[in-house]
Amino acid sequence: MRLELGKIIINDVQFSTATKVEKGVLYINKNEMIQALSGDEHIKSIEIQLAHPGEEIRITPVKDVIEPRVKVEGPGGIFPGILSKVDTVGSGRTHALKNVAVVTAGKIVGFQEGIIDMTGPGAEFTPFSKTHNVVIVAEPIEGLKQYDHEAAVRRLGLKAAQYLGSFAKDVTPDEVKVYETEALFDSVKKYPSLPKVGYVYMLQTQGLLHDTYVYGVDAKKIVPTFMYPTEIMDGAIISGNCVSACDKNPTYVHLNNSIIEDLYEKHGKEINFVGVIITNENVYLADKERSSNWTAKLCRYLGLDGVIISQEGFGNPDTDLIMNCKKIEMEGIPTVIVTDEYAGRDGASQSLADADVRANAVVTNGNANETIVLPPMKKVIGSTQYVDVIAGGFDGSLRPDGSIEVEIQAITGATNEIGFVKLSSRGY
Amino acid sequence: MSKRIVHYINQFFAGIGGEEKADIKPEVREGVVGPGMALNAALGQEAEIVATIICGDSYFNENLEEAKATVLAMIKAHKPDLFIAGPAFNAGRYGVACGTIANAVQEELKIPVLTGMYIENPGADMFKKHVYIIETGNSAAAMRTAVPAMSKFALKLLKDEAIGAPKEEGYIARGIRRNYFAEDRGSKRAVDMLLKKIKGEEFETEYPMPDFDRVEPNAAVVDITKAKIALVTSGGIVPKHNPDRIESSSASKYGKYDISGFMELTDADHETAHGGYDPVYANMDPDRVLPVDVLRDLEKEGKIGELHKYFYTTVGNGTSVGNSKAYAAQFAKELRNDGVQAVILTST
Repeated sequence: MRLELGKIIINDVQFSTATKVEKGVLYINKNEMIQALSGDEHIKSIEIQLAHPGEEIRITPVKDVIEPRVKVEGPGGIFPGILSKVDTVGSGRTHALKNVAVVTAGKIVGFQEGIIDMTGPGAEFTPFSKTHNVVIVAEPIEGLKQYDHEAAVRRLGLKAAQYLGSFAKDVTPDEVKVYETEALFDSVKKYPSLPKVGYVYMLQTQGLLHDTYVYGVDAKKIVPTFMYPTEIMDGAIISGNCVSACDKNPTYVHLNNSIIEDLYEKHGKEINFVGVIITNENVYLADKERSSNWTAKLCRYLGLDGVIISQEGFGNPDTDLIMNCKKIEMEGIPTVIVTDEYAGRDGASQSLADADVRANAVVTNGNANETIVLPPMKKVIGSTQYVDVIAGGFDGSLRPDGSIEVEIQAITGATNEIGFVKLSSRGY
Repeated sequence: MSKRIVHYINQFFAGIGGEEKADIKPEVREGVVGPGMALNAALGQEAEIVATIICGDSYFNENLEEAKATVLAMIKAHKPDLFIAGPAFNAGRYGVACGTIANAVQEELKIPVLTGMYIENPGADMFKKHVYIIETGNSAAAMRTAVPAMSKFALKLLKDEAIGAPKEEGYIARGIRRNYFAEDRGSKRAVDMLLKKIKGEEFETEYPMPDFDRVEPNAAVVDITKAKIALVTSGGIVPKHNPDRIESSSASKYGKYDISGFMELTDADHETAHGGYDPVYANMDPDRVLPVDVLRDLEKEGKIGELHKYFYTTVGNGTSVGNSKAYAAQFAKELRNDGVQAVILTST
């Protein structure tokens, strides 16, 4: 499967009289965009605001972050099984608006949403302080149940990304990158001496604000399966979760999965990157056992020589991570696991809720319990009224002057376990 | 003005004698003794060892509390800015004494402390979490390298300079995790690490697996029909509106609440404060996480003695093991004093 990803570099986003992409600027007709997003009976109001890198803006409570993309050639459309038909995507050509992100905010669904600061110390910790953000503040109708609220805002974010992406269709990209994964036997024939490497992609699936969707299917209900990496670049996997926002994968991260990118960098040179095994992180023990048995089985079946396993979340999913690692290692296949830590604010506690001696190659993306003081910002998009109760906040997190003391757990993407960021942690 | 240091050594390094003199009581001498001379020279103009405390290893370990108090008083009298113990190399009892007294000085006198040991000294394992221990060779022959390492680190502590990673600074890792921004993103580091692992090359894990703290179950309750049973949960069930504001993640406290008036829990009176799982079903019927209803049934049927009047609750989500242990240590005592014989611990 071969995908050409056309990257259109955007240097600025502005409101204007017509939505268009011109000379590296994304112009948005606000009313037209609101019109395009309207129609969901669960949403009372939609407001769109812009936040640029370096501006004194705080966005919270953040639900999802999404990169605008559009399918230009090849089967299917972006976000298959959700906004487009369920055609198999991942081939042909796709355009992406780079440096732009749709961010969904508005009334809190759970305790779980995150914070994005566009400047100051907090900005260092979130990858989304570097993007031009088109923030959708969506307020639900009175009395809307949490599940419906979450689903409505999730869909709205995807629609916004689809809407903006559609204007990239006829734009000439600044750069075209080609990603290609051959059929398994062909690739082994083509690279007989290279180690066959796979990627076990763990998806958060613990319930409300903890779900992930694959071609529209709730990933709680899948058994582990095999995918071409390029399918994921076309939105085959989307996020329905943001709990403890530091280490959840917004849709943006699924689309731009950095493990997939970095494995492709070595593909055909030092490794044969044969593909992705997706699996879930359900709460029932039998599900954990079944899914980890299956990932190990698939790794063996594909004859892999090495595997990277990425986690999403912490605590309960630590058991899934360790089960996957242990069982794949027991098949004689070397693994590297990618995780983050909850070592306490003082960093003195053990970092994971489960451990095994076979997990001897760990990449950590930082201790999420470390605290940070976020100075007041001139402008808040959304509301800081929930900061004391979101994961990572505590009684008194929001101070009278508007500054916030929280664990970095509350910052969207801070300890992302795809290794999307540079934060790490070491022993002292 | 040069900073004041008090130094602690054992009878052997003081030149008093070996094992036969290990029972001598603590004594204090002005200025330097034994290895203090080399240390003092290495410290230069910036700091000076003003007094040396000497104590026999057997005496210290066999009269721990008394020896600790005496030595502490002697140190305090000299108003030090920094305290150094040892180095103890691989001498086990000396290492334990150095660790014990350094830890006590740090806690009570609130001044920086430093000791030195061989990594396999039992004192290293006991105290590395609490105090800086410069890693030394396993015998006094390593004094040549221990002295410059310790004096350099001592000056850093005195100047309150940032302490780097264990490998850079030469101390034994304390097991404290601190964040930093790496050069490459995590995904690239993962790919590089995997390549090394596949090729059989050396690689360094970023998080060595901890010695996992597994708890052996207690023996079964002899007669459950007579037992007083308590409910404890990390699932965050609290009275409606979370009166003590237990955090949705990384809880800094636990709650103790009276359930004597409840035959079951409902959405009218209880809810979950937990932010790490789907709260909808727990909020609809909090018994799902804290099974008061079932235990009331069992009580009625005579299958258990009684349900304890209070339940204890916190949020397990992101809460450190250190905090969890501390909470349980507190309320386990209360449960025992209240005559509770068994606990049902529910998690989510």
